[in-house]
Amino acid sequence: MTPRLLLLCLLGALALPLAAQDRLPPAPYAYQQLKDPAQEARAKALMEELRCLVCQGQSIADSDAPLAGDMRHEVRSKIAAGESPGEIKAWLVARYGNWVSYDPPFDGATALLWLGPLLFLALGGWLAFGRFRRGANDDEEGAA
Amino acid sequence: MIAELGLALLWIAAALACLSLVAGTLFLRGGSKDLAALVRPASVAQGVLTAAAFGLLIALFVRSDMSVELVARNSNSLKPMIFKVAGTWGNHEGSMLLWLMILSLSGGLIAIFEKRLREDTLVATLAAQAALSLGFFAFLLFSSNPFKRLPVAPPDGQGLNPLLQDIGLAFHPPTLYVGYVGLSVAFSFAVGALITREIGPAFARAMRPWVLGSWIFLTLGITAGSYWAYYELGWGGWWFWDPVENVSLIPWLAGAALLHSVAVTATRNALRAWTVMLAVIGFSMSMVGTFIVRSGLLTSVHSFAVDPERGTFLLALMAIYIGGALMLFALRAGAVAEGKKFALLSREGSLVINNLLLTTILALVLLGTLYPIVAEAMGEKISVGPPYYNKVAGPLALILCLVMVAGPLLGWRKDDGKRLWSRLPLAIFAGAVVLFGLVLFGGKVGILPLLGMTVAGVVAVASLAPLWGRNLRRTPLPTWGMVTAHFGVAVCLAGMGAESAFIKERLVAAAPGDVVKVGDFAVKFVGVKPIAGPNYTAIEGTLVATTSSGGSFTMRPEARTFPGLMGTAPTETNEAALLTRPGGQLYAVLGQPVTSDDGSADRYQIRLWWKPLVWWIWLGGALIAIGAALSLLGRAQLLNIWRARRSRKSQERFAP
Repeated sequence: MTPRLLLLCLLGALALPLAAQDRLPPAPYAYQQLKDPAQEARAKALMEELRCLVCQGQSIADSDAPLAGDMRHEVRSKIAAGESPGEIKAWLVARYGNWVSYDPPFDGATALLWLGPLLFLALGGWLAFGRFRRGANDDEEGAA
Repeated sequence: MIAELGLALLWIAAALACLSLVAGTLFLRGGSKDLAALVRPASVAQGVLTAAAFGLLIALFVRSDMSVELVARNSNSLKPMIFKVAGTWGNHEGSMLLWLMILSLSGGLIAIFEKRLREDTLVATLAAQAALSLGFFAFLLFSSNPFKRLPVAPPDGQGLNPLLQDIGLAFHPPTLYVGYVGLSVAFSFAVGALITREIGPAFARAMRPWVLGSWIFLTLGITAGSYWAYYELGWGGWWFWDPVENVSLIPWLAGAALLHSVAVTATRNALRAWTVMLAVIGFSMSMVGTFIVRSGLLTSVHSFAVDPERGTFLLALMAIYIGGALMLFALRAGAVAEGKKFALLSREGSLVINNLLLTTILALVLLGTLYPIVAEAMGEKISVGPPYYNKVAGPLALILCLVMVAGPLLGWRKDDGKRLWSRLPLAIFAGAVVLFGLVLFGGKVGILPLLGMTVAGVVAVASLAPLWGRNLRRTPLPTWGMVTAHFGVAVCLAGMGAESAFIKERLVAAAPGDVVKVGDFAVKFVGVKPIAGPNYTAIEGTLVATTSSGGSFTMRPEARTFPGLMGTAPTETNEAALLTRPGGQLYAVLGQPVTSDDGSADRYQIRLWWKPLVWWIWLGGALIAIGAALSLLGRAQLLNIWRARRSRKSQERFAP
């Protein structure tokens, strides 16, 4: 973590007025793409999965907040230095927790989130197809 | 005087709602016929008075009467007129009054137009609608009075959130609210029918136009909201799976499921309990959405009032209404037989699968929206965003689209699938062409956009199949509606897929004279100049985009600064410049000035995107709404009603 990012996190944590952050010029890669299109594509995909920690439900890929700019800079710098998106994400999650990732991991706390829809579909399907089976036999007699 | 009159009208309207509820209840418990005669006029009067109160609130905003607290907090005399008017519903109290007005007007409209239902069911429906509005009257009058005066009027108001100062705001909330609250009518019909046990085709036919109508508005509201986010937020995203978007999507999904199941009930007298259940779920989801957005559980541009007392009030209202309706359903469920049976391979069968998938998507969107809130309460901070929804809802939505291909080609009750198979080859061929074209020439395309565009190809062809070999002039309007809406889904899906797969992005710091290449365009940054708007200042950039074929277009993105009014902080917004071409849109944003190493600040951040077919997304949304509107025109049978009335009049004229 660079001193810049640390400083910004501190500022964010202390909830200083936004103006204090604005005085620093944005980091180079905040608004600048990587030269290599393949690297840029990897960085972009990762940025879309990362939450801008000070915004209202935006990823760092689509926010004007200074912190988002700094996180974009971090992601692009690390990708340019040859790190894989997975490593960068693990690094960010280790620092900020799962809150930073829009792609929740599958673990004890999120099991219901990932399995819930499947359970719902299975239960609903079982109920619905039960009707069809019975329906095949007594056809019109079931009419009420 | 205006504010006091408005408040008085609200109290009278609340009293009328009370009257409808009491008279309706007494009549249903065996009271005299005279009581039932009271309910219709009371409902109409309640609607008219609430609308008048809302009109008075607009008048206060138009006159910039700063002695009213709501106006002082949310308006400013320097604002353009359109935003003064729109500011009426750009805040908590005003939007709740808008909500209540639509609720009351819907009750009035049922009272005037609904002639097909049995008298007691109609009275029960109107009483249920009155009960709903009574709760929201209490909410407004006791905890969110929009007409409250300030002891001392400030010299001017604090203005409206600049993000909301956009023509989109003038239409987006009212449209969405008509959709949200329109579902209340379905809810009231369901409650009314449960009370009198009249659940069958007549009830479904009475409910269907309302479901279609509110779903049209929900579709338009979501489409417009998506376009607003697209051009106003300055990063070109059109759907963020943001909780606020999700809670508007959830009632839409419920409405979509309901209008398909109500078709089964109306045509085949089947799925009766399920239709009633969905009608209850639909409006419940509208209320849950309002609660989540308004209670301050989420912070967003939509949460105007973070006030725990209001949140608790809404939660209590919601618990009473949803709980009450579900209890009624549980008590009467035994009496509601499911109705006629059918085979899996039939129109009904495909609609059941449609409903199953739609409600699963509804449940998972609700789960994904609420999960982080609940997890946070239990000490675990997680985020649920686009990757989750793409992985879980994406495949389900694609399967749903494939079911949509089959459904309209199947017959009611039981089908051997011959017609389905005879019409599938062309659609499958279209899908295969798209798939192979993308795999061979499309470069690296993600799996979801790839499948999305393929399914879009299949659906586009198959959705037209119900028209093949038919006399087009004799095809009923609802069939045209279905075809248009399903085709709209294909268009929308193709737009989403193409935009995700082939978007081109360029972020640069450019000095005047620099040329940036993006997609087929060479974009020249000419320069910037300061401009002044009615209530903001801005830097306007001039970009000239030239295509390889020699076309040249000027784009003027702006970076606006709204001054902080009455002590609030200034706000900056980006006005993107959009260039719409047949193949997509070029999207340009002017960012911050960039200081070079030598200290001169002549360069600006410029963000450019080429978004292929992006406008198909909203075109698709519009087509879906148009399809539903055609269906509504056909179902409401306005033509038949008009003809019947004319023939009756002519008969009366010739009667001896």
